[in-house]
Amino acid sequence: MAKVLVVTSGKGGVGKTTSTAALGAALAQLGEKVVVVDFDVGLRNLDLVMGAERRVVFDLINVVHGVAKLSQALIRDKRLDNLWLLPASQTRDKDALTDDGVGKVINELREKFDWILCDSPAGIERGATMAMRFADEAVIVTNPEVSSVRDSDRIIGMLDSKTVKAEKGEQIKKHILITRYDTSRAARGEMLNIDDILEILATPLLGIIPESQDVLKASNVGSPVTLNNAASAPAKAYTDAARRLMGESIAMVVPSERKGFMNRLLGRRAAA
Amino acid sequence: MSMNLWRLLSGRSASAPVARERLQILLAHERGLRGQPDLLNILREEILAVVSRHVDLDPEKVVVRMDRGDNVSTLEVDIELPNGVEPRRLAVVV
Repeated sequence: MAKVLVVTSGKGGVGKTTSTAALGAALAQLGEKVVVVDFDVGLRNLDLVMGAERRVVFDLINVVHGVAKLSQALIRDKRLDNLWLLPASQTRDKDALTDDGVGKVINELREKFDWILCDSPAGIERGATMAMRFADEAVIVTNPEVSSVRDSDRIIGMLDSKTVKAEKGEQIKKHILITRYDTSRAARGEMLNIDDILEILATPLLGIIPESQDVLKASNVGSPVTLNNAASAPAKAYTDAARRLMGESIAMVVPSERKGFMNRLLGRRAAA
Repeated sequence: MSMNLWRLLSGRSASAPVARERLQILLAHERGLRGQPDLLNILREEILAVVSRHVDLDPEKVVVRMDRGDNVSTLEVDIELPNGVEPRRLAVVV
């Protein structure tokens, strides 16, 4: 049965789009049929991170308004033939998303895919509420930092009250994905630790993605990190997270630094 | 353990526990407010309805404000009446 998963956070810049692309690609690499849907109307970026920016013809708003058929707007990934993208409009605004219209598109996607990943815009306005509206599960992307944790808490409250599932009295399944985790800063006690975040948010952990150059490199070239460098630490962490979404139980690995003595000295000097 | 050793050597204290404590206090407060109907807006609407039964007034000139203190909270209602009808301001502090 198809699953609708919203990738959300409240706060901007925590890694929603990167995580949507990476989790979507990882699920596809594991054999699932996946579509990633960009809900950031007016500020789309999922197309860019997926490397499909020059192939966008129609978008989600066109489909919602009946201007284009779903099959015309879906873009098939060039690397994985079971991975698709439904881009957002760059010219319209978020008011163009209607409850009924989005509901119909999601239902149509449910018939075609195993996973529908909705990339939420930042904030708590219409775009964000529409992205979560029809979700069965949610990934809340959180950085180990006070403002991000506070916004995640707010978003959890909305997931529990403003989604169709919540309104029916059902529980939406929620997962915390910690991104931009900096091992050395955590070791120095400068960053909220993972247990504290999970305790404060009272939500189970899906994965810990280390801060890494590989993430930036991947978006520079328009490729999800799990495709661009499958052996990298963030790619492994995203793949583990995808397996957990599929129901596998995989031991959680807290990213650790493997640096030599000299590197440590240099690293410390740079951080000081 | 290496974390404690590092802290000892560097002489710096960790700021993460402070972050944790501030968040816990803040979120406990914010969760308490969540889910409550928008009390101020309801009060504003109802006060507006009652007063405008007797006096013509501009809905924009009705201000309802709540201040939370440690021991008492105050509700301030400030209604500006148009000149000519009743040249006075009603200010009620509860």
